[in-house]
Amino acid sequence: MRDVSIIGIGITKFGELWDKSLRELGLETGLAAINDAGITSNDIDALYIGNMAAGSTLQQEHVSALIADYCGLANQNIPATRVEAASASGGLAIRQAYMAIAGGFIDIAVVGGAEKMTDVSDSESSYTVSMGSDEQWEAKAGATFTSLHAIIAQNHMLEYGTTREHLSSVASKNHYHASLNPMAQFPFALNAEAVSKSGMVSTPLRMLDCAPNSDGAAAIVLCASDKAKNFTNKPVKIIGSGQASDTLSLHHRKYLHRLPAINIAAKKAFEDSNKKPEDLDLIEVHDNFTISEIIALEEIGIFKRGEAAQKSLEGETKLGGSIPTNTSGGLKARGHAPGATGIAQVIELVTQLRGEAGERQVKNAKLALAENHGGTAATAVVHILEAE
Amino acid sequence: MSVPRFWRELDTRYNLIGSYCKITDTYHYPRRSFNPEAGRESIGSMEDYQFKGTGTVVTPTVVHQAQTGYEMFGPYCMAIIELDEGPRITSQIVDCAPDSVKPGMKVKSVFRKLGEDSESGILHYGTKFILFGNSIDEESNEDSIENLEV
Repeated sequence: MRDVSIIGIGITKFGELWDKSLRELGLETGLAAINDAGITSNDIDALYIGNMAAGSTLQQEHVSALIADYCGLANQNIPATRVEAASASGGLAIRQAYMAIAGGFIDIAVVGGAEKMTDVSDSESSYTVSMGSDEQWEAKAGATFTSLHAIIAQNHMLEYGTTREHLSSVASKNHYHASLNPMAQFPFALNAEAVSKSGMVSTPLRMLDCAPNSDGAAAIVLCASDKAKNFTNKPVKIIGSGQASDTLSLHHRKYLHRLPAINIAAKKAFEDSNKKPEDLDLIEVHDNFTISEIIALEEIGIFKRGEAAQKSLEGETKLGGSIPTNTSGGLKARGHAPGATGIAQVIELVTQLRGEAGERQVKNAKLALAENHGGTAATAVVHILEAE
Repeated sequence: MSVPRFWRELDTRYNLIGSYCKITDTYHYPRRSFNPEAGRESIGSMEDYQFKGTGTVVTPTVVHQAQTGYEMFGPYCMAIIELDEGPRITSQIVDCAPDSVKPGMKVKSVFRKLGEDSESGILHYGTKFILFGNSIDEESNEDSIENLEV
């Protein structure tokens, strides 16, 4: 296997981007990533596109060819592949490109993620998100995506004594980080009390426990490490990659307070890289709900089971703490554009490992991990990155 | 939902029919022709089984922001339920105050409308659950009128 490095990044602000189409978002971030990498379109061997829901939200499938076309790559007939695993689509697209380069099939790939969640009504976008769970036996029975996570949260509370105060501290911390990130959808601080008083969505989860459904796009350029120096003096190496799946329905799981696919994907990534959780300087995790961040911290092995909630409340996951988590603001405050989210996480880590994160820079950041999952973690993808 | 898609699952949805695996002596819902725990050996060894419809609440949640098609219920109770035969399902618990449902309560299945498809005009019926066999206090909010429209 060959080593693979990230040599370019490009991202849009996430939010209600009503003036931009999916193809425009794809072009904007693709060009930014290519410029950042210092490559030309002739250098690109393949394009991978993470997208969850263009069929549901835009009545457009085949978005890999669409984005290749509007990025000017159709003339070169570059292979373009769409990757879909609900909200893990972006992370999984990175993994496909990583494997193709590591396996020696190609040298350079652009991985883009793009999603339009606000071209449709709130009701339609919520139902679209539900399709990442079992549409027939969860969503159609009346379970919202939030209600499934509410069930997970209640079980975590029963098992470990996790409280409302713990959950609120996660959202508040992520908003603080977003206040230092000009690209965040909600770049403002939010106190924990406001989270605790926000409207109930599904007991015990409240409005400000939930990440938004955003529009947005993100792109990175992956390159075989031995060729990376031809283009950039600040490559970031992918030293571990793991992926795992689980039952699609939450009710078919043995434990309701865990998300085991994250644990299995993380273990694989740690094995690949010969690193341990305690070696990490910072992480980005998939906080689609506050409870998801707490469980991800436990499944990755940052904290022992049952301790992540209290450690979060004590500030261990905040900038300046022992393991800054979601310095971008996370899904909660940077925004969550499903197909782009897994790539946006990696872009935050690359920015940090390059030492270019400005006010939210983690000092001496050398090693970082990204955890991205889809549905109730029926797919989980983990990548470990190292500054070269 | 399309007509063929719903028609295919009528038995499973209307009559709570799932599968019994003769190899592992376990029950499954919804119906499966393959038991993931037994592997290929289970093919041909899965028999249709009609669940008794009784079970226990594992975890309930009160949904305030309704799923599409459930807006008329206002806050409603969704729960993971463990059927007496073993398998778990996700279902609405109706005819009670949504916040009165607690883990460990007994429930039984009822036949209810799930929704309708406005384009083809098909009504979708299926299984929901009501509290049953708990102390009177717990069921004081039970609606005595069986209303198929909800």
